[in-house]
Amino acid sequence: MLDNAAIKNIILNQFEGLTFQEEDSPFLNVWIPPVQLKEFGRFLRDNRELNFDFLFCVTGVDWPKEATLEVVYHLRSVQHGHQMVFRCKTGSRDHPELDSLSEVWPTAHLHEREIYDLFGIKFKGHSNLKRLFLDENWEGHPLLKDYEDKVNLIVK
Amino acid sequence: MKSGTLFDPIEQDLHTDEYKINMGPQHPATHGVLRLILTIDGEVIKHVEPDLGYIHRSIEKICERDNYRQIVHLTDRMDYLSSHINNEAVCLLIENALEIEVSDRVKVIRTIIAELTRISSHLLWWGVMGMDVGALTTFMYGFREREMINDIFENTCGARLTMNYNVPGGLMWDIYKDFVKDTKAFLRHFVTKLKEYNDLLTDNVIFRKRTEGVGILSKETAISYGVTGPTLRGSGVSCDIRKLFPYSAYDKVQFDEILMKGGDTFDRYLVRMKEMEQSVSIIEQLIDNIPEGSILEKTRAVIKLPPGEFYQRVETARGELGVYVISDGKKSPYRMKFRSPGFSNLSVINEIAVGHKIGDFVAIISTLDLVIPDIDR
Repeated sequence: MLDNAAIKNIILNQFEGLTFQEEDSPFLNVWIPPVQLKEFGRFLRDNRELNFDFLFCVTGVDWPKEATLEVVYHLRSVQHGHQMVFRCKTGSRDHPELDSLSEVWPTAHLHEREIYDLFGIKFKGHSNLKRLFLDENWEGHPLLKDYEDKVNLIVK
Repeated sequence: MKSGTLFDPIEQDLHTDEYKINMGPQHPATHGVLRLILTIDGEVIKHVEPDLGYIHRSIEKICERDNYRQIVHLTDRMDYLSSHINNEAVCLLIENALEIEVSDRVKVIRTIIAELTRISSHLLWWGVMGMDVGALTTFMYGFREREMINDIFENTCGARLTMNYNVPGGLMWDIYKDFVKDTKAFLRHFVTKLKEYNDLLTDNVIFRKRTEGVGILSKETAISYGVTGPTLRGSGVSCDIRKLFPYSAYDKVQFDEILMKGGDTFDRYLVRMKEMEQSVSIIEQLIDNIPEGSILEKTRAVIKLPPGEFYQRVETARGELGVYVISDGKKSPYRMKFRSPGFSNLSVINEIAVGHKIGDFVAIISTLDLVIPDIDR
C-alpha cells in the first residue's frame, strides 16, 4: 500500500505540471487536462506499483461560475489497497466533451451513460452513448444547476 | 436428390435468426421494474442490454434542495431492503464531517440492527432465488423468519421496511424493553431454520444442477466492472467494507469474510448463505454487552457541513454503498452522489449471461441480487 506522497511521485515521474490537492478531501486529488485523460487512465491501471484496477465511483459535477463541468473518478487498487481521485474539467460548459474511459475500465460504460443523461457530457469513443434513466425525448439535463424544471417535478 | 441423403439439402437451407425479446419491466424474475433487452438465437442469449429508469426519482437532485436531516429519509427509498444501512451511511458521513463522536451504545445498536437487516435482506433473496428456479416453498419459508425480524424492527422504530431509526448524531430513540430478549429468541429459532434451508435447497440435486457452473464471473472481469459485495466475494476477491474500512462496532467483533473460488451462481449463493451465519455470530457477540451511554448527541437544528468533500462507505446486503458529498458550507450539499452497489453489479450482466439459456439467465439475475430502486435512484 502506497501513501499519497509515493503515488504523487510515481505520477509526477510520468506526467508533468499536474495540480494535486490533499486538503478538504479524504483522498489525494489530481486534475488532468482533457487531452491526457485516456493516457492517464491507462497509466494508472497498467503501472505495476499503482495498479488502480477498481474504478468504484464516477461523478459529474456542474460548476456554472467557472463555466465548466467536471467528472470525478474514484479509484482503488484491489491488490494494494491504496486509493486516489482524479478529475477532469471540460473545456466548454455548453458543448462538453471528454474521452470515454470505458475501454480502460468497463464499469465506466454505464457510469458515463448516466453522466451523459444527467449532465450532457458527450464521451468520445463510447459505444452506446444514449440516455440511461430519462426518456429519449427528454429536454435538458436535470443535474445542471440552471436546469429549468418545466414539468415542475421538483418543488422549491 | 441423392439417395440416402434425404435431409441434407433441407438442412443446408435452414438457419436460425437472432431476434430481440423484452424481459420485463413486469417480469417476475427481474424483482421490480427492470427491463432487459435480450438478443437471442433460439434459447441461447447473445447479448443483454439493460434499460433503466422506470423508477428513477432523481434522488441526487432532490438532495441538492433538501437539508441533511431530510436526506437521511430519502436513502431508505434506494435499496429498501438495506434501509437501515443506507441511513447509517449518511449519518456516519455527517458525524465524521462535524467530528461528532457517537457513544458505544449507539455503535453497538446500529451494528446489531444492520446485521438483522442483512439477514432479513438475504432471507428475501433466498426465498425469491428458490422461487426463480422453480421451488416456491422457499419463498414461504424465507418470509416466515423474515417476519420475526420485521416485528423486532416495528417494535424498535415503528416501521418494518423504511426504518429511519438512524439520525445524525445517534438514534431516534432507545431500544424497547424486550429488544434483547426478542433478538435472542429470533437467533435461537433462526439457527435451526438455517439448517432447514440448507437441507431444502442447498443440497437439492435439481437446484445444484441449475446453479453449478452457470454464469461464471471471473475475478478480473468482476473487478474491472466495479462489482462489489457477495457477488464479488463469490469470485474470491476480498472486498468487505466491514473488514477493510471498519465503521460502527465492526472493529470490536470477530467474523469471517466468506470467499469462494469458482465465481458461478452456486458460489454466489453459498456466500450469502454463509454470511447469514456470520451475521448471527456478530449479533451474538454484541447482544449481551450493549454498553450504557447516550442515544443522541447534540446537533444543531439545521446541520451545515464545512466546505470540502466527504466520502463514506458502508457494506449493505448488496455491496459497497458510497456516499460522496461536495459541500459549500450551506444547509444542502452542492452535489451528492450515491455510488450504489446494484448499479455496478448490474453492469456486468452481459459478460456472464452470454452463451446461457434463458432459464439459466433467471438464476443468474437472482444471484446478482438486484434491487431496482437502488440502481435507478
